Amino acid sequence: MTTITFIEADGTRHEVQARNDRSLMQAAVQNAVPGIDADCGGKCLCATCHVILNPDWYARLGGPNPEEAEMLNPTPERTPTSRLSCQIKVSDALEGLVVQLPAFQM
Amino acid sequence: MLDSVKRLRMLDVDPYAVPLDKIDVSQAELYEHDAQWGFFERLRREAPVHYCAESEYGPYWSVTKFNDIMHVEKNHHIFSSEPTITISEPQEELPFQSFIQRDPPIHDEQRAAVQPVVAPMNLAKLEPIIRERAGRILDELPVGETFDLVDRLSIELTAQMLATLFDFPFEQRRKLTWWSDIAAGAPQLAGGDFVSEEVRAEGLQECLQTFTALWHERASGPPGNDLISMLAHAEKTRDMVSSPVDYLGNLILLIIGGNDTTRNSITGGVLALNQNPAEYDKLRGNPTLIPNMVSEIIRWQTPVSSMSRRVREDTDLNGKRIRKGDKVVMWYLSGNRDEEVIDDAMSFKIDRGNARHHLSFGFGIHRCMGNRLAEMQLRVVWEEILKRFHAVEVVGPAVRNRSNMIRGYRSLPVRAHRAH
Repeated sequence: MTTITFIEADGTRHEVQARNDRSLMQAAVQNAVPGIDADCGGKCLCATCHVILNPDWYARLGGPNPEEAEMLNPTPERTPTSRLSCQIKVSDALEGLVVQLPAFQM
Repeated sequence: MLDSVKRLRMLDVDPYAVPLDKIDVSQAELYEHDAQWGFFERLRREAPVHYCAESEYGPYWSVTKFNDIMHVEKNHHIFSSEPTITISEPQEELPFQSFIQRDPPIHDEQRAAVQPVVAPMNLAKLEPIIRERAGRILDELPVGETFDLVDRLSIELTAQMLATLFDFPFEQRRKLTWWSDIAAGAPQLAGGDFVSEEVRAEGLQECLQTFTALWHERASGPPGNDLISMLAHAEKTRDMVSSPVDYLGNLILLIIGGNDTTRNSITGGVLALNQNPAEYDKLRGNPTLIPNMVSEIIRWQTPVSSMSRRVREDTDLNGKRIRKGDKVVMWYLSGNRDEEVIDDAMSFKIDRGNARHHLSFGFGIHRCMGNRLAEMQLRVVWEEILKRFHAVEVVGPAVRNRSNMIRGYRSLPVRAHRAH
C-alpha cells in the first residue's frame, strides 16, 4: 500500500491507501474520490481521469506517453504538468504523492 | 442494376433464421421500426466482427461488441476517419469536410480550436440561461392536452441552445434545426428519406451563406464567447472561412452534434421512463439520481447508432482478417447492449452502477467534444420537468427516424400532468 493524496479543485483533501501495481485512477475510484470520472475504464481513450502533478513529481514520473498526450492535448484545462491517472502505476516509489484535480473533467 | 430488388429485406426475415452472411444491419428501415435488436444480439453472439458482402453501401464489416469497438477507436492510425465517417461514400456534389472526418494532425488542430467553447468552465456560465429558457418552454406547454414532445420540447430546447452557442439570430433559430435535419437525414448519408437532393443543396448553400456573413461580422469585432467568434479568432482556424468545404463541414458537425443528439436523448428519456414506470417512481422519489439517469438515458438511447472507419492497412480484429481499403462500421447501439461489459444491458435503470461507461460519445481522439454540454442540458431539463410535472405521459406511438446513424424520433405524442 502506498499513501497518496488527491486534492479537489476546491481544496478538499483525500488521503488514500493505494494498492501497488494498480493505476492511480483505480486508487481514486476505489476510494470514491470525487472528480475522477474515468469514463473509458482505464484504457486511455478519454481524458476524464486528468490529474495535475507538481513539477518535482512530474519530473520524477515523466511526461505523458504518446497515446496519453493525444487524449490530453485538446483538454482546455491541460497544464504543463498534467497526466492521466490511469496511465500512472502505483508503487512504493509514489509514497507521499500529492496530486491536484482540475476543476472539471472533459 | 436492380440489385436492391434481389437483396433480402431485413424487416421481412427472422434474425435467427436468416443465414448469418445475409444479415445486413445497414438497412435504415430497421431503425425506423426499432427492429434491429435481434440481429445485433445474434451478431454479438455468433459473429462479433461480421462481413456483409452486399448492401446498398457496398461491402462492410460490422463491429458489435463493446471491447472490439474500443479497439477500433484506439487504433485510429489503422481505422481512419478519412474521407468520411458515414457508411456511404462522400458525395462529390456537396462536399463538406470537418475534423470528425479528419485524422491527426489536422483533426487535432481544428478540434483544439473549437473545444474550449464547450468546456465545463464555459458551460457553467451558460447554465443559468439554459435553465431559464428550458423553464419558459416547459411553462408554455399545453398542460392536459396531447402535444408532440419532439416539436414542443426537444427541438425547441435544442434550437434555443444552439442559437445561444452560435450567438445566432434568435428568431431564426429553427433554421439551425432544418439545416441539421437536411444534413443528417440525407438519403445518401444514412438511409433517410425525406429531402430531395435539390432541397438539400439549396439549404446547405443558405447555411453556408448565412454563417459566412456571421463570420465576417464576428471576425471584424472583438473576440467573443460564441463558437463562430472562437473559430474566427483562433490562430489555427482563422482562415477557415476561405475554405467553404472546411467551414461548412465544421458548422454542420457542430450543428448536428449540438442538435440531433440532445434532442433525441430528451425524447428518449421520456419514452424510457414511460416504458419503465418503476424507474419513473424512483426518479420522483429521489431527484438526486438525475445526473446518473442522464448517463443511462444517453446509453439507452444511443443517439448516434454507428460510426464508420476506412482501413488503412491489413489488420486483425477479434480473429477476423480485415484488409486495407475495407469499411468498418462500429455499432455503438449494439456495443451499448453488450452483456459482457454492461449488466442487464437491455434494461433501463436510472441508478445503474458505472453508468458513464457507455459508448454513446465514442472514445479516443474523436470522442464527442460536447459531451459535458449534452449532459448539462439533459440534467437541467429533467430538473425543471420534475419541478413542474408529476408525469410527462406518452399517449401514442413514437415515429422514429429512418437512419442507420442518427437514432431518434420524428414525433412522440404526450400529455403533461402537473405536480400536485
